[in-house]
Amino acid sequence: MTKRIIACLDMDGGRVVKGVRFKNLRDAGDPVECATAHARNGADEIVLLDITATSGNRRTLLDAVRSTARSLFVPFTVGGGIRQLDDAAVVFDAGADKIAINSAAVRDPTLIGRIAGRFGSQAVVVAIDARKVDGSFEVFVAGGRVPTGRDAIQWAREAAACGAGEILLTSMDRDGTQSGFDCQLVRAAAEAVSIPVIASGGAGSARDFIEVFREGRADAALAASIFHFGIENIAQLKRELHDASVPVRWPC
Amino acid sequence: MIAIVDYGAGNLNSVKKAFDYLGADVMVTDQPEAVAAADKIVLPGVGHFSSLQALNRTGLREALLQSTGAGKLFLGICLGMQWLFDGSEECTEIAGAGIFPGKCRQFPSSVKSPHVGWNSLVIQEGSRLLRGIAQESFVYYTHSFHAPVVAETTAASEYGLRFAAAVEQGNIFGVQFHPEKSGDVGLSILKNFCEV
Repeated sequence: MTKRIIACLDMDGGRVVKGVRFKNLRDAGDPVECATAHARNGADEIVLLDITATSGNRRTLLDAVRSTARSLFVPFTVGGGIRQLDDAAVVFDAGADKIAINSAAVRDPTLIGRIAGRFGSQAVVVAIDARKVDGSFEVFVAGGRVPTGRDAIQWAREAAACGAGEILLTSMDRDGTQSGFDCQLVRAAAEAVSIPVIASGGAGSARDFIEVFREGRADAALAASIFHFGIENIAQLKRELHDASVPVRWPC
Repeated sequence: MIAIVDYGAGNLNSVKKAFDYLGADVMVTDQPEAVAAADKIVLPGVGHFSSLQALNRTGLREALLQSTGAGKLFLGICLGMQWLFDGSEECTEIAGAGIFPGKCRQFPSSVKSPHVGWNSLVIQEGSRLLRGIAQESFVYYTHSFHAPVVAETTAASEYGLRFAAAVEQGNIFGVQFHPEKSGDVGLSILKNFCEV
């Protein structure tokens, strides 16, 4: 069984963008081109997140999902703005294999079970944005703007019990900083749940990935900044992981 | 014409998309007559074994058994492959097709379940479906139950134990992994099915 390398595309108004700690967005290209280029380079999965998720942007997002899905033959997750079962159904219909839900699941955890009941648990990723506050990790919603007072590890456990298929765990403190994953956060979640945990936030080098797979016990690791701006080529990254005896899909 | 059987389980889009990409003549149908009239049949499916109950209710089970019995080419994917066995511990009230012996079981507690991600194949020689696929090729899985290794197993993967990744007997093929999500390797396997 291999560790997965997931390329994440944050989308705003039809373009892929990337910020630092959820702010200062930079343009990173066209979603269809980015997704297929990452897949060609060896990405094991693609995640597309609509980071603004306003109603005006909805059609743009669905168009991007449709055209990306047409030529993408690795697992494809779409998140952002999914508030109810019907929103999820529309995104699946456009060609997503999995959906990611965040704020809406915190507001109503039964949404997880309702989507899983219709599309299967394997299709439901619960995304958690966590920030270190007084030594523990707190869940933030609404794109990291609103603190919830909830403990991230406890929430991961609850989401898994509700029928989530995977947890996508983002360290807000590390997001976009390229200073390494938060292995303490990831490991706590990976040991708390039996479903796969995807580590996110902070990827900067091959060493960071090796560390989060070994120390953090992550099942998969997600990155955006480093792949978009060509700092770390996915094929090169996988070769380095392979050389370090981390099992990855290589050659692919 | 390839008929992709729609019995309400999960999302058939990705399977259809992959065949579309290969230029195959495909349709998605929930009608037993359309299944009976097709040249080849694909039974996809993700999720719980109990969702196969829909095949029994709708007359699709009979159409599938008659077609496969008459030698029509059949490909079961994921739950669709598990259906080819006697049954599954996931839902013991529902019988599989019994074309391959044994029951699908849960993974041992020594490994995380579900088994999600890319795993490698150990391929037996002589498979028509896996023709040209390199030994140790990676394919994408997402499942909690697995089928046993039987005489008709043409590829196996390891996850806590060795389980059936692909089975094949005459006109009947099954794969536990998702060829529609397994990159170029998966597309080659679907192309083989189109060309058998």
